[in-house]
Amino acid sequence: MRSVIFIVLGACALLALPHGLSFSQQEILVFLTINILLVSSYRLLTLTGEWSLAHVVIMGVGAYASALYSKELGVWVPVSILLGGATAALMAVLLSFPLFRMKGFYFLIGSFAAGEIIRLLWKRFRDPFGGPKGIKGIEPMPDFSIGIYDFDFFEPVSYYYLSGVVVAVCLWLLWRIERSPVGLTFHAVHWQDKLAEASGVNLRAYRTLAFAIASGFAGIGGGLMAHYVGTINPNSFDVDLMVYVLTWAIVGGTGTFYGPILGCVVLTVLNEIVLRELGFEQMRPLIYGLIMILSILFLPKGLESIVQHLATRRSEKGVKDRRAAE
Amino acid sequence: MTHFLDVDALTMRFGGLTAVDGLSLKVRHGEIHGLIGPNGAGKTTTFNMISGFYKPTSGEVRLRGEVISGLRMHEVARRGVVRTFQHSTLFAEMTVLENALVGTHMAFRPNIFAAIAGWDREDRRGAEARAREALEFFGLDHLKGELAGDLSHGHQRALGLAVAYASHPDVMLLDEPFTGMNPEETRGMMDLMRKLREDGITILIVEHDMQAIMGLCDTITCMSFGKFLAEGGPADIRNHPAVIEAYLGGARHVA
Repeated sequence: MRSVIFIVLGACALLALPHGLSFSQQEILVFLTINILLVSSYRLLTLTGEWSLAHVVIMGVGAYASALYSKELGVWVPVSILLGGATAALMAVLLSFPLFRMKGFYFLIGSFAAGEIIRLLWKRFRDPFGGPKGIKGIEPMPDFSIGIYDFDFFEPVSYYYLSGVVVAVCLWLLWRIERSPVGLTFHAVHWQDKLAEASGVNLRAYRTLAFAIASGFAGIGGGLMAHYVGTINPNSFDVDLMVYVLTWAIVGGTGTFYGPILGCVVLTVLNEIVLRELGFEQMRPLIYGLIMILSILFLPKGLESIVQHLATRRSEKGVKDRRAAE
Repeated sequence: MTHFLDVDALTMRFGGLTAVDGLSLKVRHGEIHGLIGPNGAGKTTTFNMISGFYKPTSGEVRLRGEVISGLRMHEVARRGVVRTFQHSTLFAEMTVLENALVGTHMAFRPNIFAAIAGWDREDRRGAEARAREALEFFGLDHLKGELAGDLSHGHQRALGLAVAYASHPDVMLLDEPFTGMNPEETRGMMDLMRKLREDGITILIVEHDMQAIMGLCDTITCMSFGKFLAEGGPADIRNHPAVIEAYLGGARHVA
């Protein structure tokens, strides 16, 4: 009962949130929503112990695919976004054949190389990828009305609501997967792959599965982004953004489901809102880097460790109160 | 006549080193079969070949007449041959119950779509029941919420067996299960293994602890320097001249 109230209150807060913000902050909010999906899907991959540097490029695969499907084939935009996700997942399955011959650090480097190859292919082939200039004039999301609210997708608030719903559904799916026996098997593959294999787990299949699911959701995020911004090019998906994803995941902590989301939200708010408001325009990257170093030094387990600490303190207090009452 | 588990002229070469050289042994259904030998005799290598961890250079392993050598480890496991590892190889960061749940992977194959839709409730319940049963069998049910890495050494070894047992194996390959145990823990472990045998599980065991081996095994195969040396019941092996020479003649090989 209490959790239902929490969810309703949280949803209301999220609905009201954009109305207190300036236009540019509303735009940041849209990107933040998409980035939450990006970093959460990345966490699913890290469950199996593999860290990829191709995740953002895979998101780009979804963006390019969705843009091309709607532009060249005239696919309805919502469907093309989903197809973009499916394409990204398929690409991950193809990449898994060379990449999962490697593990750990070698996989990291191999995935980076694979991502760069994909980016070079986009640059090289003007048809259909548009070369270095990328794709312009991507179909926007078609406007529609649900009676009480008219969705006008040139407005960031409308797009925020749409992407918020899509991301919420994706997060729910990711949560279900992680909490299922499949998620348990991902953990098993991570901690002791040999013992998992001796219990009959097909390691290759499970690593590929995690990679494909993570990539599929990243691809949906890419599709959402492409149809919002209206233009994509190979540099929209370069290693800079990948470094951001890594920082969000590391600063937030990957031990829990909410860790990377926390990292993404806190760092984005710090970077885009607080530092901007304080007038550190030129110094922002410097301060951002400083925050990162400090958080790794003093919070090696990520922001999630603070939450866990508070939660256990509260529950311990609860136990004490109950004991006192008895 | 086809034997239950038939190791036939198994050979493993690492470069110029022949770790196992034409080893043959037959394991009967429902027995505890010991594999002993001085350090470096190739026991663990043999194990790794049977379980699919290594691919043998030549020779075959047959289970009920079907060739299983050269298959990958999870494929061997799916045919009913499940191994444990030396030392305490466990999912240390996961709880005891979760460890056992991974063991039920083969019986209750997870399906991602069913998991998202929530159609796998029956399977989840079944898997948990099986995991609890395995933990109870090894007397670990009171620890099911603990992290596996926090358990005592004896409990960790028992949990390793429970993970293997949870998967309904036909054959369990136990790699040095008594290492680092005190005599009391060893006795408890021996009782557990007899219980496994009563359950109809065939056990192949590699071990250094002679007292445990002699008290437990129905048949013992002794190997030395990668080669077959002798086979027989505990009494035969104890008095076998070649075995005595391998252990006492090469005294510095004995741990």
